[in-house]
Amino acid sequence: MADKAKLLEILDRVIQDMDEQKLFLTELDNVIGDGDHGINMDRGFQAVKKQMPTYADLEVDGILKDVGKQLMKVVGGSAGPLYGSAFKKSGVYLKGKTEITMDDFIGMMDTSIEQIQKLGHAVEGEKTMLDAMIPATRAMKESYAADGDYKKALEAGVAAAEAGVEYTKTIIATKGRASYLGERSIGHQDPGATSFTFMLKDVSELA
Amino acid sequence: MVGIVIVSHSQKLAEDIVDLAHLMAADAPMRAAGGMEDGGFGTSYDKIETAIEDIYTDDGVIVLMDLGSAVMTTEAVLEDLKDDDKLVEMVDCPIVEGAIAASVVASGGASIEDVIEAAKSAREMKKF
Repeated sequence: MADKAKLLEILDRVIQDMDEQKLFLTELDNVIGDGDHGINMDRGFQAVKKQMPTYADLEVDGILKDVGKQLMKVVGGSAGPLYGSAFKKSGVYLKGKTEITMDDFIGMMDTSIEQIQKLGHAVEGEKTMLDAMIPATRAMKESYAADGDYKKALEAGVAAAEAGVEYTKTIIATKGRASYLGERSIGHQDPGATSFTFMLKDVSELA
Repeated sequence: MVGIVIVSHSQKLAEDIVDLAHLMAADAPMRAAGGMEDGGFGTSYDKIETAIEDIYTDDGVIVLMDLGSAVMTTEAVLEDLKDDDKLVEMVDCPIVEGAIAASVVASGGASIEDVIEAAKSAREMKKF
């Protein structure tokens, strides 16, 4: 599904995407959070951009670990430890591999979800990034098990993540800063679920 | 002496909590890890890690946090420090009251268990 060159290409696209979407993501976060998600994500991936030349010496596992380290260090908001440790654990999961298969990717998603749930003490249905990640992973597993076509599986994942983002509009936030708003958080999509969906789309388009 | 690290989204808030606690417990080893590297609002993995390492002794260090990413970033730092076998614990308590209660007990030379207990007791503290 993705060798090192492909992974770097995807990372490059994510860096570009976060730069382009920073105002949109920040706007979403302004309404129900502390208004820094887009700026934070962009700051994180700009740090990754600076690291890109050093990735020539690393394999896919080391690259993802370093991406996690950069995000953890410079993001500043909750997305830092959440995405940061998800990338880091994904790198650990891939230990010794030089290529990422669809089975690996599903394993990385499972590890990431587990880590995010552990740090954020959140479950599905609380208006968080998990509301895109969990259904997307479920859809990818089902689709890939059915016919072994990873392209189709990734597309199914993106569709489920997008539906997940829509679903976050209908529910009350009970985690994070948005939880202070209670019912006023209804009607607005979750910025974290949105940023995850952008990243998954990049994977799906390029892998 | 047990060290105390204060993690807040605000650099000023973290620093002032340390100053406030030092009024009653001037000897307590405390460090502020507030805001981001550039002083803006947020939490910094590096600041938290440096603050813990700065005041770390075998007596251990407790960390008090304000909310959200302060808690999660601290948890991520602690997970990495645990690999080095360090005695560092985060305590769930009101940050100002907990800092004052913990610093007073820590400056008396109490064990980390007692300092944690003192910080936790701030949860039950009635204001009136």
